[in-house]
Amino acid sequence: MSDTDNWKIWEVFVRSKNGLSHKHVGSLHAPDAEVALKNARDVYTRRSEGNSVWVVPSEAITASAPEEKEALFTPADDKVYRHPTFYEIPDDVGHI
Amino acid sequence: METINFEDRFQEYVDSEQKVEPKHWMPEPYRKTLIRQISQHAHSEVVGMLPEANWISRAPSLRRKVALLAKVQDEAGHGLYLYSAAETLGADRSDLVGDLLSGKAKYSSIFNYPTRSWADIGAIGWLVDGAAIANQVMLCRTSYGPYARAMVRICKEESFHQRQGYEIMLSLCRGTKEQKEMAQDALNRWWWPSLMMFGPTDKESTNSAQSMNWKIKRKSNDELRQEFIDKTVPQAEFLGLTIPDEHLELDEKTGHYQFGPIDWEEFYQVLKGNGPCNKERLEARNKAHDDGRWVREAANAFAKKTLERKGENSAA
Amino acid sequence: MENPLLSYTLFLADNSLITGQRLSEWCGYGPILEQDIALSNIALDHLGQARMLLQYAAEQKGEGWTEDRLAYFRDEKNFRNLLMTELPKGDWGYTVMRAFLYDTYHFYEMTGLLQSKDEQLRAIAQKAIKEIRYHAQWSAEWVIRLGDGTEESHQRVKGSLLELWPFTGEFFETDEAAIELNGRGIAPNYAHIRTQWKAKVEEVLELATLERPEDGWMQSGGRNGAHTEHMGYLLAEMQHIPRSYPDAQW
Repeated sequence: MSDTDNWKIWEVFVRSKNGLSHKHVGSLHAPDAEVALKNARDVYTRRSEGNSVWVVPSEAITASAPEEKEALFTPADDKVYRHPTFYEIPDDVGHI
Repeated sequence: METINFEDRFQEYVDSEQKVEPKHWMPEPYRKTLIRQISQHAHSEVVGMLPEANWISRAPSLRRKVALLAKVQDEAGHGLYLYSAAETLGADRSDLVGDLLSGKAKYSSIFNYPTRSWADIGAIGWLVDGAAIANQVMLCRTSYGPYARAMVRICKEESFHQRQGYEIMLSLCRGTKEQKEMAQDALNRWWWPSLMMFGPTDKESTNSAQSMNWKIKRKSNDELRQEFIDKTVPQAEFLGLTIPDEHLELDEKTGHYQFGPIDWEEFYQVLKGNGPCNKERLEARNKAHDDGRWVREAANAFAKKTLERKGENSAA
Repeated sequence: MENPLLSYTLFLADNSLITGQRLSEWCGYGPILEQDIALSNIALDHLGQARMLLQYAAEQKGEGWTEDRLAYFRDEKNFRNLLMTELPKGDWGYTVMRAFLYDTYHFYEMTGLLQSKDEQLRAIAQKAIKEIRYHAQWSAEWVIRLGDGTEESHQRVKGSLLELWPFTGEFFETDEAAIELNGRGIAPNYAHIRTQWKAKVEEVLELATLERPEDGWMQSGGRNGAHTEHMGYLLAEMQHIPRSYPDAQW
């Protein structure tokens, strides 16, 4: 695992066109950011899928952990007030 | 208090067609099955480059050359996407590759057959990619999110591969007598190994039932094989080629083709390492890996030096 | 004698074709998947450029010539590529070093062609220059990385540099055709390209902690069809199918 010839993992984010956010597309291995960026271009944009690429060392990403085992089984959809249909508006008002 | 059985809850979750993501709780056998399947799939892409790369330098027109090179390059990309998906399950690519190189891990047996003529490149694109696509389309709906996403990407890119192969066959079949013979010979050799790509029959397949339950697999080996045959036979007819199976016959009632017995003895022998090219394929992968070690080491050493220099600069 | 424009177009085309052919040999055998993909991309760029140039050459030749007939049915003595491009691929460091020396030259050559008075060559250069800029950057970075990497990598690329250096003189040779085309504003001035190339190569080699070899005896002959022994094998492999079935379409 600590072999001197293993390259570390980078996560790749590609913006497919201006106006959109960068989106996670996958990962790759590279020794440094410069190579990671070039590899990302070759690996993930071979069909001109993107005009901007980010690479981030995977180890630099802090991910939220699903709270214990329960999280998987109880989708957090209890905050119904975040959804437009929670609010009752008379039809006469028209589209809001 | 009610005891929660996580396995049951997991099954319910999967049954409700929701995707499992990397940090979710999952039964250990689910994780292990996925790592094994995804890495085998990745190895197949990478080893699968070799029989086709064999003809890049000899492709008979420049248009064919660039198409084949782009295609084989795609296979490398697909191997990479799949290793990435396996890594989200906590596997390490170097360990997975190590298992391939040592001969411990399996890959698709079809790549242990030789590519003897240019027509083999057509037959592989048409039949082998055709069979792979049937499997991959199904896997776009697999229950593990990163695997499904990798498959969506792969399927999108694969769409040109099969067309590329079929177009080569078409040119050969519309060409000279020798070309047509070349095409028929390739079909004769690749047909049965392609059918074997779907794996043992459902009766014999040990892992299938559990994989179906977990929705890793969505269709059985036999279902996929039948779909492939039904789709491919008319394509062979269009080419004017004969499928090398005397038992092949359309069952009017079911609309499916009946086909002859598959030589499973050959399948298991090739799987065990006795195929015509098992040794060459593994040797080639090992050599590439060994020859590349100094390059990978140098790049790491340079990256380390560069970081240290940056550190010195910012300290100063 | 062929007209100068045709002969020059073929020179450019053959460099791209043979470079693409050699680089594509790495497909499936790279040091790591990521670099396998990278090099195949570069090979595809060269082959794409070769096709555009061969199509242009075929158009100039007329009489049923096509890109494929030029690639597959010309004999060795009619190929005009630089000797360096046909040398066997060697180890990864050798391939990278050759790419660097050639790509740097190719970049300045194509930059010059952006001003060409020949509309087609100019259009091809405009399309190719973005790819070539990337190649030159990619290979320079890798020369630096390997030169300044480990002791082993340093020794390996140092050896490759020494082996390849005698083939760099040919880059800047100018024959009658080139001189005439330069006078007409069609081909760039190769003496000027040499100055630019030398400066860039020195800059990169220094970063790579490599010493620039002294200019000694330089190999020559590719432009006139006098090739190394490797060329025959390369062509035998590349051309054998169409030549075995001369009437076939593929």
